[in-house]
Amino acid sequence: MAPKQRPKLDLDPAAVRQARRLARQAGKPIVDLAKKHTTVSVERATLRLAGLQGADADGTPWVNRLLEAVRADVGIEHGVALPVWDALVRCEADDLSVLAQKASAGSVRFRLPEGRDETRARSAARKAVGAGVRRMDARRKERERLVQRWGDPQQKPWIYLIVATGDIYEDIPQAQQAAREGADVIAVIRSTGQSLLDYVPEGATREGFAGTYATQENFRLMRAALDESSKELGRYVRLTNYASGLCMPEIAALAGLERLDMMLNDSMYGILFRDINPIRTFVDQRFSRQVHARAGIIINTGEDNYLTTADAVEAAHTVTVSQLLNEYFAKEAGLEDWQLGLGHAFEINPDLPDSFRMELAHALLARQLFPNAPLKWMPPTRHMTGDVFRGYMLDAFFNLVGTLTGQGILLVGMMTEAVVTPWLSDRDLALQNVRYVLNAAGNLHEDFQPAPDGFINQRARQVLAESIDLLERILAHESKTGLLDAIADGTFGLMKRPADGGRGLDGVARKSPAYYNPASEILEEK
Amino acid sequence: MEVVSTGSTTREESTVKEGQILRPYGDTTGDGMVQLSFTLPISSLGQHAKIAEGAAAQLANKMGIDPAMVVHAKAMGPDFTFFVVYGRVNHLVDTSKVQVVERDYPLLSPKEVNLAIRKGLRRRMVVVGGCIGTDAHTVGIDAILNIKGFAGEKGLEYYREIKVVNLGAQVSVPQLVERAKAEKADAILVSQVVTQRDAHIHNTKEMSAAFREAYPRDKQPLLIVGGPRFDENMAGELGVDRVFARGTTPGEVASYLVDQLVTHRPPRSERKAS
Repeated sequence: MAPKQRPKLDLDPAAVRQARRLARQAGKPIVDLAKKHTTVSVERATLRLAGLQGADADGTPWVNRLLEAVRADVGIEHGVALPVWDALVRCEADDLSVLAQKASAGSVRFRLPEGRDETRARSAARKAVGAGVRRMDARRKERERLVQRWGDPQQKPWIYLIVATGDIYEDIPQAQQAAREGADVIAVIRSTGQSLLDYVPEGATREGFAGTYATQENFRLMRAALDESSKELGRYVRLTNYASGLCMPEIAALAGLERLDMMLNDSMYGILFRDINPIRTFVDQRFSRQVHARAGIIINTGEDNYLTTADAVEAAHTVTVSQLLNEYFAKEAGLEDWQLGLGHAFEINPDLPDSFRMELAHALLARQLFPNAPLKWMPPTRHMTGDVFRGYMLDAFFNLVGTLTGQGILLVGMMTEAVVTPWLSDRDLALQNVRYVLNAAGNLHEDFQPAPDGFINQRARQVLAESIDLLERILAHESKTGLLDAIADGTFGLMKRPADGGRGLDGVARKSPAYYNPASEILEEK
Repeated sequence: MEVVSTGSTTREESTVKEGQILRPYGDTTGDGMVQLSFTLPISSLGQHAKIAEGAAAQLANKMGIDPAMVVHAKAMGPDFTFFVVYGRVNHLVDTSKVQVVERDYPLLSPKEVNLAIRKGLRRRMVVVGGCIGTDAHTVGIDAILNIKGFAGEKGLEYYREIKVVNLGAQVSVPQLVERAKAEKADAILVSQVVTQRDAHIHNTKEMSAAFREAYPRDKQPLLIVGGPRFDENMAGELGVDRVFARGTTPGEVASYLVDQLVTHRPPRSERKAS
């Protein structure tokens, strides 16, 4: 994806290898732990892949109703697939949707099938879920075809803009206008609070708080609108949403089915910033990333968030460590380099001397550690005040770092950050800023080579060394899952999150020996 | 704040007391110059350009800017135009009529805060904080509570004599009340950033009502809300003891807590029931 640049930094290759090895050592026990558990959301995502849609009169999705019925009879530790398709094979209902309705009325009893019954349930489940995976495959091919026809953006980085009105029918014209003005990627910000809902709302939604609910229908409507825009503009406009919170696996599946192009999907964000149980998060993470890998979706990780709560200079290495962990978890789940929109942000206090040089050093470090990943570069928020003029200048410097260090995805900064949700004019001015800087700087990166032992190189090496140090401290924790302990004692973003606390823990179950999930089986075959 | 009259004031002092008459300052005293920018849903493409600029000037005139110079008009797509306008306003500002909430408590250093609590309360002060409702933006509450702090000041966690219980994001009101009781909280700190559909107002009123219900009037903890879009004059309407607006620092909050809970430790029944 990214045009490969000559390395700008003089990093010790042994140190880079060591950092990756430590990240793998820290991440491996977490993956093992994730493999041993399932969650309500993973099981519901499986039902969604098998085509179960819709909700009851109260708005509770049928996947939730069916899952709860299964859970009441046999628990979720065996997975939903065997009990559900056993019931279908036994002709309790003609299809999943009727089964869900009968189950919630209490007229179906579920059991864990054995012997021949198990074999039959297993193959029926695999067939149904396999059809869903093939639908995702078809959407991926469709994307590839459309990108071929309409083309990718002409410039790097891709320009990423946010819309957030709460009303999908208001979001659509805003998104189309943003695309016309130059946005290559549109993100529809989610309603606050959705991350803590243990179900995915249904249908087109017109009310939300500071954002719009992620629903399958909203996904479909917005993707269709951006297909129109892509056709009009002669470039493929990408759509982003959030696979995070308690329903991460389900939202990932819906994104795959509706051809979303990028998903926010961080391995630790939910734990640290939403107080979701760590095990729940890691299990959901792994499944959702397997889905993204299959669907050809680019993930965006959330390292920028660490810097909004901790100091961007002191905590620079926590970003690097998180990027390394995100990379490990992503690759383990089957994602490829071009799908890793690893995050980082321009959040150093602008009053510090050499703040711009440090920003350059950090951005170059990320670029060089992950040369083939389309890094996601996030604008200043923490040091944006009501002074919109100063904010506009900071955003210009942010844009300059973006183009000078070959970032893949640039989230456009708004001068009215911390003041209002962006106005039409804010967005227009912000895009002028991006265009000016990208155009004026041109291929400046070709001429830009930091002095081998200069400030930038030294700073980058220091951050890398601190990252290695932190990873070693994580591994020094007594238990095998040192990362969980590190999260529990507040190593990241200053938040303390014990493994037995947080939301959604009651939706986690240790897999039984009889556990079967056709989605995981198919997704892990590749 | 009461100003004590000394009887013999100089001319300047009395001017300050009675207020000053001001005009905006561009580059000369009294020139009244202001700048503003706005968008009108009007096309400025082709033959529409003149009408669009005229429309912008008309708006500026109606706002009291005369003459109005439309120095910049930029079409944003076919339907919208962005304007920058400079001009003179004819309004006068009378500072004696400005209403603000003055800081009515002394500002203390962390050391002084700790000392005051130790001497006056003889135990640690307990502060329970969080973001209520669906608000997930902990940036405000964290700035005040986390040791990291804000604007160069350390947060309340840094104060030895203050026990901080930060419940974080998306705390429900019943959870907050329950925890407040369990911790025997002296003060509740709530941050509200999201303001869509006045969520911050509704949430705060719900919160204060819940505390009124859960506690006898003289036992209720001090209720404090903060957030960038709150009006500091709204405390009574919201049913809280204090509203802090944008830019409030941890030191200010700590000083206020000492003032209310130690220095003026009120017979709680005197507090307004509103």
